[in-house]
Amino acid sequence: MKNRSLVSINDYSTDNISEILRRTELFEKKPVQKILDGKVVATLFFEPSTRTRLSFESAVNKLGGKVIGFTDSSSSSVSKGESLKDTIKTVANYCDLIVMRHPLEGSAKYASELSKVPIINAGDGANQHPTQTLLDMYSIIKTQGTLQNLNIFLVGDLKYGRTVHSLLMAMSRYNPVFNFISHEKLRIPDEYKMYLNNIGIKYYEHSEFEKIQYADILYMTRVQKERFSDPMEYEKTKDTYILKNDMLNDTKDNLRILHPLPRVTEVDNDVDENRKAYYFDQALNGVFTRQAIISSILDIKPENDTN
Amino acid sequence: MPKEKKLMVNAIKDGTVIDHIPAKHLFKVISILGLDKIKTTITFGTNLESDKLGKKAIIKISEVFFEDQDINKIALITQEAQLNIIKNYEVVEKKPVRIPDFVVGIAKCVNPKCITNNENMLTRFTIVDKKDIALKCEYCEKITDKEHIKILKN
Ligand SMILES: [Zn+2]
Repeated sequence: MKNRSLVSINDYSTDNISEILRRTELFEKKPVQKILDGKVVATLFFEPSTRTRLSFESAVNKLGGKVIGFTDSSSSSVSKGESLKDTIKTVANYCDLIVMRHPLEGSAKYASELSKVPIINAGDGANQHPTQTLLDMYSIIKTQGTLQNLNIFLVGDLKYGRTVHSLLMAMSRYNPVFNFISHEKLRIPDEYKMYLNNIGIKYYEHSEFEKIQYADILYMTRVQKERFSDPMEYEKTKDTYILKNDMLNDTKDNLRILHPLPRVTEVDNDVDENRKAYYFDQALNGVFTRQAIISSILDIKPENDTN
Repeated sequence: MPKEKKLMVNAIKDGTVIDHIPAKHLFKVISILGLDKIKTTITFGTNLESDKLGKKAIIKISEVFFEDQDINKIALITQEAQLNIIKNYEVVEKKPVRIPDFVVGIAKCVNPKCITNNENMLTRFTIVDKKDIALKCEYCEKITDKEHIKILKN
């Protein structure tokens, strides 16, 4: 890595990813270790995303670092017309690392070019959200014991869903089979299918909720109302792709259900008690993964790292 | 070819002649190369008859020699253009324009939500398709195809 920033999951080689996953396990075993003593992490949320921000702040706090920052540009200097450049150049003087979320695509990459401290992209518009992808991958390896040769079902908004696209790209390195379940208006874009064809990864598309008895991972995503011009169509769609507990009867023992959260109705509450429901554990994994990413970027060893 | 001959008579002593520019692209080429800022003598001819291009334009710039990377920027607009390097009234070298791998600060990103359209900064693109000309934004990762390429004013 020429630059220690994490802007896109594509910045990380397979080795980089393995190292993050290895560290994540160390932090899961020992979540509280004061290795960031004296370090300041800035969380700059130019648009609100409470879960992501809390997850990062929890990670920093468990490592003994301090957090400064702001949420939502309406209360900060950004709404007074300050350029992103000026904000980043100023804040970089106050901290050792910047975590940023911004509504404009490419903003994190631009910030990484300007900043003298590393940048972690916590979401730049519809573009990238690499820490989500890494925590998804940790959840997969932890529940399946491997990333290799898995049958991964992606359900919901496959057209606009940023988490789905980067998970697909990242997991493509590990010889999976993909199954895509979505409304025809929300199908996976052709560019991803072309990519999978080119590298010889098998995939199947379904317009019904079916074949999940073969799944190792069922990755559910939220379908947003705004994606449909016709509200009636949304109402119909919504119900077609709801996962209910009784649908899990014939599924594999190792199946786990993931969801980036927040959910609306796509995973019924009656699934929550099923031991195959993994989305809240996935959110907890998010804290360990972010501890791993932060410590790795700052080049600080976990206390329980014997490597 | 008598017309071509006549133009050569008015030719420059040392400098660069850019020939075979489709006439409708003349002003874009001027903008891309920043010719409006050059202090030496520049002669333009446009709407000249051309068998190949219909109407063509020609630009003669005295005492200026371009770097390949600068001149190749005009390949985004036209690949027919040809460069003649003039020394002491003679054409000493003819060069076709070549499509570069990478362009900085020339084209506008097609994505309105791209940071480059919202901050005072240079755009950066990798040319991912040289045949049909498609630019991939280094920032938002979206593709701008030939149909949507807009040249930024210098
Ligand atoms: Zn862009």
